[in-house]
Amino acid sequence: MIQFLQHLGENTLSGFTKLGRASYFLLQTIKGITDVLVRPRLLINQLYSVGVLSFLIICISGLFVGMVLGLQGYYTLSDFGAEETLGVMVAASLVRELGPVVSGLLFAGRAGSALTAEIGLMKATEQLSGMEMMAVDPIKRIISPRFLAGCLSMPLLAALFSAIGIIGGELVGSGLLGVDEGAYWSQMQAKLDFFDDIINGIIKSIVFGFVTSWIALFEGYDAPPTSEGVSRATTRTVVNSAFSILGLDFILTALMFGDN
Amino acid sequence: MDNSGFQPNQLVSIRNLSFSRGDKKIFDNISLDFERGKITAIMGPSGTGKTTLLKLIGGQLYPEQGSIFVDGQNVHKLRRKELYDMRKRIGMLFQSGALLTDMNVYDNVAFPLREHTHLPESMIRTLVLMKLQAIGLRGAKYLMPNQLSGGMARRVALARAIALDPNMILYDEPFTGQDPISMGVLVHLIKSLNNALGLTSIIVSHDVEETSAIADYIYVIADGKIIDQGTPEAIRQSPSAWIQQFITGAADGPVHFHYPAKDYIDELLSSGKRY
Repeated sequence: MIQFLQHLGENTLSGFTKLGRASYFLLQTIKGITDVLVRPRLLINQLYSVGVLSFLIICISGLFVGMVLGLQGYYTLSDFGAEETLGVMVAASLVRELGPVVSGLLFAGRAGSALTAEIGLMKATEQLSGMEMMAVDPIKRIISPRFLAGCLSMPLLAALFSAIGIIGGELVGSGLLGVDEGAYWSQMQAKLDFFDDIINGIIKSIVFGFVTSWIALFEGYDAPPTSEGVSRATTRTVVNSAFSILGLDFILTALMFGDN
Repeated sequence: MDNSGFQPNQLVSIRNLSFSRGDKKIFDNISLDFERGKITAIMGPSGTGKTTLLKLIGGQLYPEQGSIFVDGQNVHKLRRKELYDMRKRIGMLFQSGALLTDMNVYDNVAFPLREHTHLPESMIRTLVLMKLQAIGLRGAKYLMPNQLSGGMARRVALARAIALDPNMILYDEPFTGQDPISMGVLVHLIKSLNNALGLTSIIVSHDVEETSAIADYIYVIADGKIIDQGTPEAIRQSPSAWIQQFITGAADGPVHFHYPAKDYIDELLSSGKRY
């Protein structure tokens, strides 16, 4: 019993110290962003490896998610004779929820894990320490550009995911199942609100991008410099990002769409 | 600033330094001096915290007690900016080389120049080629770090360490895991760079022969204490049985071959239960 309590206390304490380290790390990273703005070259390189390289997986997944939505939505809606509103259903689900959440999860798996592994290995091979000894701050030089790139790429990727998903829904809905194309698009235009739906979806994706990049970079930076440490950190990045995205999504949804 | 114990002909002086990791005491109240323009070696068995000492000198770790002066400045009382300015005057050669793996040899050597100077690219090119010529790898300038052998990587790291013309270089185990030829090349490079550039060098190593060939002064550290110090000749003549075992590499002596264990016969005859 005593041992259990000791263990509990120890874990709680180490959890809180880690949270403290993570917050300090975030503060340093954000401070370093001013240096990144002076040297856009660093940012552009990272936008490529964080954003552009995630492009393909986001497009393909978006297409399939949209197609499944079209198929499922059609069978349900046709029971009520409301196939014409398929466009609204597909677009609203994608823009409000699935776009930010699924692309966030994919982003954590594709870009987040890569960031953690990269930073962790740089630490394990003494590259970060070497930079410090060359009087170059690794947070400013390595971490901040990646963080900013993650925050900027995520909303763009989520928007892309939603757009391609809507096309996927249309392909299945009107191409395969015979929903009227005009109705698909016009209903969508009439029912979806720019501020309520689209802006809120973008806010979500910005939050997810921020949190995922933070988790990924911190886990890499905090990883024990061994192969086991880096592999565990990579796993933690994906797991913690997934939890944070899903948990935050619930909170944000409740705040944004709770009163209507 | 507290300048007690600082003497002008010593570039680095360490006073009453203590440092522990967890419960293990790595350094227990030790004092060392490193003279300007000389090669000073710190030797001792693996795991005695020789690398830790270099990180303490570079200000990457904080001591529990005592102080470290580099060029008259107390390293651990400097502000962040002053510490970074001090580091620009120190080159450090890591055991692994610590080259940036996403850049080729040329860009690695140019890295500190590009970060800290506003020199035009043509000037940087000249400087980089000069440094690469000095270590004999000008022809390898477009190779990536993963295409280099261990010895070459260490030489490139050396070129990078001297890129900003530091007044001191810290070498972390420069000879470990090298074949005889690269070992010879490194020994020659360290010695000639030290003389040609008027550097102060601190070498951390357990390779007795190579290190004593080039060092002017040697400290032997074990179990957190300085066991012996002196010129390589004096160390070789040391009456201490421990030093003799360390130099000759005898398997048994003051440092036992066996890890502490209970009696051999007893253990063989016991039931084999784990406890």
